[in-house]
Amino acid sequence: MSKEEKKVKRRDFLFTASYAVGAVGIGAVIWPMIDQMNPDKAQKALATTEVDISQIEPGKSITVLWRGKPVFLKRRTPEEIKEARAVSLDDLPDPQKDEERVKEGKDEWLVMLGVCTHLGCVPLKDKGDYNGWFCPCHGSHYDVSGRVRKGPAPTNMEIPKFEFVDNNTIKIG
Amino acid sequence: MSEHEYVPKSKAAKWFNDRLPLLTLGAHLTDYPTPKNLNYWWTFGGILTFCLITQIVTGIVLAMHYVAHADLAFGSVEHIMRNVNYGWLIRYIHSNGASMFFLAVYIHIFRSLFYGSYKSPREIIWILGLLIYLLMMAAAFLGYVLPWGQMSFWGATVITNLFSAIPLVGESITTWLWGAYSVDNPTLNRFFSLHYLFPFLILGLVVLHIWALHIPGNNNPVGIDIKKPSKDTVPFHPYITIKDAFALLMFMIIFAGFVFFSPNILGHSDNYIPANPLVTPAHIVPEWYLLPFYAILRSVPDKLGGVILMFSAIFILFVLPWLDTSKVRSAVFRPIYRQFFWILVIDVLMLGYVGAMPAEGIYLVLARVGTIYYFLHFIVVLPVVGLLEKTDPIPMSISEPVITGGAEPSLARKLNEKV
Repeated sequence: MSKEEKKVKRRDFLFTASYAVGAVGIGAVIWPMIDQMNPDKAQKALATTEVDISQIEPGKSITVLWRGKPVFLKRRTPEEIKEARAVSLDDLPDPQKDEERVKEGKDEWLVMLGVCTHLGCVPLKDKGDYNGWFCPCHGSHYDVSGRVRKGPAPTNMEIPKFEFVDNNTIKIG
Repeated sequence: MSEHEYVPKSKAAKWFNDRLPLLTLGAHLTDYPTPKNLNYWWTFGGILTFCLITQIVTGIVLAMHYVAHADLAFGSVEHIMRNVNYGWLIRYIHSNGASMFFLAVYIHIFRSLFYGSYKSPREIIWILGLLIYLLMMAAAFLGYVLPWGQMSFWGATVITNLFSAIPLVGESITTWLWGAYSVDNPTLNRFFSLHYLFPFLILGLVVLHIWALHIPGNNNPVGIDIKKPSKDTVPFHPYITIKDAFALLMFMIIFAGFVFFSPNILGHSDNYIPANPLVTPAHIVPEWYLLPFYAILRSVPDKLGGVILMFSAIFILFVLPWLDTSKVRSAVFRPIYRQFFWILVIDVLMLGYVGAMPAEGIYLVLARVGTIYYFLHFIVVLPVVGLLEKTDPIPMSISEPVITGGAEPSLARKLNEKV
């Protein structure tokens, strides 16, 4: 190659510029086609749910629907809380203290997504080897704090964002 | 493929054919020289074409009555079953048709494995076939979601959650697939759209699959290269068409047996319960044709690991032509491979069986053994056997053993003498 051929020519610049503009143009058209599949405004509008918890007896739980997913609200007995806190972190595949999973001062209320972190089934309550939940799909066991103890689930059941509006109402989301 | 150039008889036909050579294509498909020793395992290509057309025709008709909405889908399927004229028949043909489609495709794939049809120069045919198989599985899964019963809903939940195993972006991808924060109405809507699309993509790939087939021509039970056309070939029509038609009739008898006598035996009764996002059925299992992969998924006690292994079980088939080191195609002349072939068949059937059972105890052990063996077959057995195996003498041509009354050693040539 001679020196002259190596030099960037006017034509090279035009090619590169055309490709760049073309790529931006294609990207600008493709992104709306991809993003339209993300949750729409109507889906996002369902972001919060308020739940009346005054009727829940200690040791009982209810399930409510939030964003199409079940949320377990369990009012735990003092024994259950004690059991959850007695567990050594070394025994947990996804180590997390029970205290981190509840609101301080409201320790009896466990609020979590009732969705198995393996492949999304709804675990059954009061089942399994750890006095908590058991997922029938692929056999994950959760303890009384909703932490995974055995099976293919990689993490503990998720705690959604929630707050106590007053003593009898929880707002999820 | 025929030696002579095709010339239409009438002037009008010639005028048309000069502009669009459809008649030449038709003549090619009619005369296409086919090995004369093709057995009934070779009739499944035609049967599969029939299955695809059946699914497309019944599917288009069902879409005229079905409503893709979370509140209405279940009811509209029952409406098809009870109110639409012959709706029950059309839906049962479509739902059992999916099973028959997979039955035929598995026979077709194992035919290829036995007779070495995936080997050079037919690798592209094999890969196109696998792409068709992948799209079939996707289409079947999407279609299974549409009735919006309990199995539909939870099957969709489990399968879409497979993507959540991807590190970092998994959750975003899953939400993107759903169009919501769980499997919901937007999910059903897009699944319907894609379920309608995929059969036509499959149709396109089938055209490429057959096109690629017509370049080298069919493999055959003795797996040797043959001269075309020659004493070893017959024209596709009428010799193969009539054989295909007879096999198709036999296949349709079995098909009709399912449709008319036990239309729900391959399904799950739980799918006649409307979808409920609060309750997961006690035993969720996929349709029978996905069970071996489901068993592999569940055999791994790790989420990401299980998903990777399950997808690997399919994708390893793409490199099969390069894993098999033997130059001899047909297992007829491969005494060792032949035995491993049948072990693989038993292994896959066993995986299918344990995939339907609860993932515990002996079933889990069997699933793990089966999974390990499945991968060993492709990664170790195939390359090693191909190198060490002493193959039987292969005939010079298809006609030879017939004409001489048996494959005499003097006439047969060994692999190492192959030109």
